[in-house]
Amino acid sequence: MASAPTTVDHVRPPGRTWEFIKRLRRGDEVAHLITLLAAASIIVVTVMLVYQLYTNSTLPRHKFGFSFFLGKTWDPVSGEFGALPFIFGTVVSSALALLVAVPLGVGAAIFLSELAPPRISNVTTFVIELLAAVPSVIYGLLGIFILVPVLRKGVMPFLKTTLGFLPFFQGPIYGVSMLAGGLVLAVMIVPFIISVSREVLMAVPVEQREAALAMGATKWESTWQVVVPFARVGIMASVFLALARALGETMAVTMVIGNDPRISASLFAPGYTIAAVIANEFTEATGDLYLEALIELGLVLFLLTILINGLARLVIIATTQKGAAQG
Amino acid sequence: MSFRTRWRKFVNVFMLSLTGLCALVTVSILFFILGYLLWYGGKSLNWAFFTHLPTPVGETGGGMANAIVGSGKLLLLASLVGVPVGILGGVYLAEFGGQTFSFVVRYTTDLLNGVPSIVMGIFAYTIIVLPMHHFSALAGGLALGVMMIPIAVRTTEESLRSVPGTLREGALALGTSKWKTVATVVMPAAMRGIVTGVMLTLARVAGETAPLLFTAFSNRFWSSGWNQPIASLPVMIYTYAIAPYDDWHRQAWAAGLVLLALVLVANIGARLLVSRGISFGKA
Repeated sequence: MASAPTTVDHVRPPGRTWEFIKRLRRGDEVAHLITLLAAASIIVVTVMLVYQLYTNSTLPRHKFGFSFFLGKTWDPVSGEFGALPFIFGTVVSSALALLVAVPLGVGAAIFLSELAPPRISNVTTFVIELLAAVPSVIYGLLGIFILVPVLRKGVMPFLKTTLGFLPFFQGPIYGVSMLAGGLVLAVMIVPFIISVSREVLMAVPVEQREAALAMGATKWESTWQVVVPFARVGIMASVFLALARALGETMAVTMVIGNDPRISASLFAPGYTIAAVIANEFTEATGDLYLEALIELGLVLFLLTILINGLARLVIIATTQKGAAQG
Repeated sequence: MSFRTRWRKFVNVFMLSLTGLCALVTVSILFFILGYLLWYGGKSLNWAFFTHLPTPVGETGGGMANAIVGSGKLLLLASLVGVPVGILGGVYLAEFGGQTFSFVVRYTTDLLNGVPSIVMGIFAYTIIVLPMHHFSALAGGLALGVMMIPIAVRTTEESLRSVPGTLREGALALGTSKWKTVATVVMPAAMRGIVTGVMLTLARVAGETAPLLFTAFSNRFWSSGWNQPIASLPVMIYTYAIAPYDDWHRQAWAAGLVLLALVLVANIGARLLVSRGISFGKA
């Protein structure tokens, strides 16, 4: 918007007004205003979103205070609302998803950036990005009808007989379980880890690789000990972004996790997540306290994802500054 | 060759093949998804699916005509909210924005992009469903529309920025006003990128279920007007998949196939549009 000062100082006040009127007449100021309104409405919507979540959850905040997060009982009938089982389920299913998705995603990203010929790498990345576009409910559909039966009949009995001494693999087998939720989430977040990590790895200067190879390192040693550490902060950012998605993911998890607000060490036991309980109980919430408790859960979920996203953004800003300083 | 060298070579080959395996596993997931949907969905997809209403529980047959139309109506409403705000907001950031305010807008847009879809549903619920006391297509359209904004803003801004500054300078030097320059020179040059962005974001919200559960709700009949609960494909897939009837499961697969086909076609179409390159001028 910086326009060159063309007017002489003593005629400036009328000049500026004249300039403004001229531009108003030509439509520039009108266009500026219209686009400004659109941009401002984005801020308005976001502020309204936070405001609505906050004001519509006053009842449970006043009634339970901080103990809302520590309570283990979720009993709408007696009006007792504790969010711990849902927070537990959300954290465990997301952690499980990361446990599977991070090695898989980083491995695939290494292959795509370091080994694969550009053509294959591009086609593969395209397919992986399509994977990211598959709607959540379709993952849920496949989860219910394909993954859960496979887990129930094959994987879980096998884990129980071989690793059954661990507390994670004990208890009755239903199929729908924390394990199923974590696996579906893993599949859903892998594309995000791959596409961001691949970009970060490809941005590592080629001299780094050449130097390592010239020292006699094998391809793998150069990749693992030089290229990956160079890109580690960016890879971490990709993991944070994926985590934020996993926390807020609703449909696929709701369909396979079993929806039972219990805290159990076993991954075979059904669980419940924040997003899932909102999806399941919102329409049948009777009474203001029940509804507002669910909205407060929504607020918790919102703040959690904002926090993780913010961390990811900070990490990205930190890396780009570091990169600028080095390069 | 010493043992150590042989060991290092072995580790090299082993780990590198492992990364290849990772990539292979990830890519094959998409083909699994496609394969299962084509197999199960294809078996139960028939003409009635597109033309009939859902049948009452216990009667086999029927279709999801109302859900297909419903999804279309919801997407139309969402576009009315998301496309103007998204594109104009993007134009502001690329062409008119000042330093500080643009930073705030960009940051908020990123923030909005990270909001879980279910929370967006709560938002639409509190501002439309609560005051009106009933579920409606309007509320669902609003939830989806707000979700469209961030990607539309980002892609519009990026494609406007990729238009060379010389084009703007040329138009301005001929005495064209700024808004005319943007509207008749810069926007047409960036149109391909903008259309791609809108298609991608439409494809994304077309598959959203969570924000519709308690805004648009669902409907087993035709929904007249915009102020009633309305059926949509994703919500139908969800309710049919978790129901205990085999016939409903078949319908859910068929609906899944239709939805996935729509989403993938939109995505592939959008990328093809981009890969042909952004053409400058009135092509």
